[in-house]
Amino acid sequence: MTIKEIQNEIIDEFSMFDDWMQRYEYIIELGKSLPLIKEEYKTDENLIKGCQSKVWLQGEQKDDKIVFTADSDAILTKGIIAILIRAFSNQKASDIINADTEFIDEIGLKEHLSATRANGLVSMIKNIKMYALAFDAKNKN
Amino acid sequence: MLDIQKIRADFPILSQTVNGKPLVYFDNGATSQKPQVVIDAEVKYYQEINANIHRGVHTLSQLATDAYEVSRGKVQNHINAKHPHEVLFTSGTTHGINLVSNGFASILKSGDEVIVSSLEHHSNIVPWQMLCERTGAVLKVIPIDQNGELIISEFDALLSDKTKIVTVNHISNALGVINPIKYIIEKAHAVGAAVLIDGAQAVPHLKPDVQELDCDFYAFSGHKMCGPTGTGILYGKEEWLNKLPPYQGGGEMIKEVTFEKTTYADLPHKFEAGTPNIAGGIVLGTAIDYLNNIGFDKIHEYENELLEHATKRLSEIEGIRIYGNTKNKASVVSFNIDGIHPYDIGSIIDKLGIAVRTGHHCAQPIMNFFCIPGTIRASFSFYNTKEEIDLMVDAVKQAQTMLS
Repeated sequence: MTIKEIQNEIIDEFSMFDDWMQRYEYIIELGKSLPLIKEEYKTDENLIKGCQSKVWLQGEQKDDKIVFTADSDAILTKGIIAILIRAFSNQKASDIINADTEFIDEIGLKEHLSATRANGLVSMIKNIKMYALAFDAKNKN
Repeated sequence: MLDIQKIRADFPILSQTVNGKPLVYFDNGATSQKPQVVIDAEVKYYQEINANIHRGVHTLSQLATDAYEVSRGKVQNHINAKHPHEVLFTSGTTHGINLVSNGFASILKSGDEVIVSSLEHHSNIVPWQMLCERTGAVLKVIPIDQNGELIISEFDALLSDKTKIVTVNHISNALGVINPIKYIIEKAHAVGAAVLIDGAQAVPHLKPDVQELDCDFYAFSGHKMCGPTGTGILYGKEEWLNKLPPYQGGGEMIKEVTFEKTTYADLPHKFEAGTPNIAGGIVLGTAIDYLNNIGFDKIHEYENELLEHATKRLSEIEGIRIYGNTKNKASVVSFNIDGIHPYDIGSIIDKLGIAVRTGHHCAQPIMNFFCIPGTIRASFSFYNTKEEIDLMVDAVKQAQTMLS
């Protein structure tokens, strides 16, 4: 599936929820359910420090795609990471570079992506794009 | 007794809803809300007397200058400074601290010592680190214990004839602990060191008496005490302010300028280069009048009731830990719930209309000491109520259920 298709799928899933509480409960479940990153990748090098919560992000090239894993010490942040990983991982670098994150607004989580939250998510998206740019440049050479 | 409903009616912002819920504003430690008289005074300034100060001979300039200087006098009275020129207008506490730390660059020599405490806000750590880097002076730190109190015997042990300045906050922003500054000032003076008190968190709750304290500098912000943002005061003893070089060069701070040599203006203008936040400075006086009309004794008594109520109600929550367990505390409760990240609690209770601060509160050394990523901080003002505290406790319980 393309990034856009996955994003639309996520929007559909979230449209079933009536209020913020159901949305949050779902994100908390997502945050709890999966180990997102191998312990060995939870290094300072992969750490994005926010004033509110920490995020670890690791990217790897597999064939012509990039696979991301990530984690956070806060469960809501971790749940949103799970959504972002679903949308951006296992995609081509050029597609990642051109993708937007507006679906996060549409599923009612916009505030978590505001810079003032300092929860590491904004930097995480930036770093996802940086990984994609770096892989893209490497492949062209 | 305070008529809280009458007081709340003075603050237009308090009647709004957030996320469909009535706003419960418990982030007063970050900034206070503003009463209508303060908002009106800001508007009135621009509508009626806006002009640059200390310069024009025209009537408006005179009116603005008079209003600005009247406000300086109000601050002087409020903190009981000996002279009006010991009261400098700044943009806030950070500005005041930097003014002093920069000035000390001309005083400190390599090997001299600066003492800060583990309870400081970053704004009372970083300027001193920068000063030490510039001068070769050494930064010494007063440690804290598990209750969040300064270990005073350790402070005593740090003092020596090398100590040139001691800089501590009056009240900790992260924990609400009130520090024994009178003792610290006396002891520091005994070895000939100057003392700066960061009063940012104190001035909303109490009326400092700088002469009684005998501190050399006392810095605070206007916006935490019902005044406008971008306003602040640095009190400095006359002898110290005369000793320190100017912080910024520019207009207003000069006596005479030639390309060969410039002579500086007298206090307080020596430290007030450029056009200041005139409206803000004037309106800070209005805010101080407003607080004094309510009365700091009454504010103190009522905020203590809020603190007791909050501590009691929050203690009902299973797995709660409150940081800063001391009798001498401002109306601040900093806490965590076992196994739950403060960000998660803060985000959920925000949805329920409760505004608290989460994170490290610009005091990372304290969080490192307790080995935590941050806390949830509820800081209460005299316009808050026990009912609001109950709403917060319910919200935290609901968040805990969702997150466990």
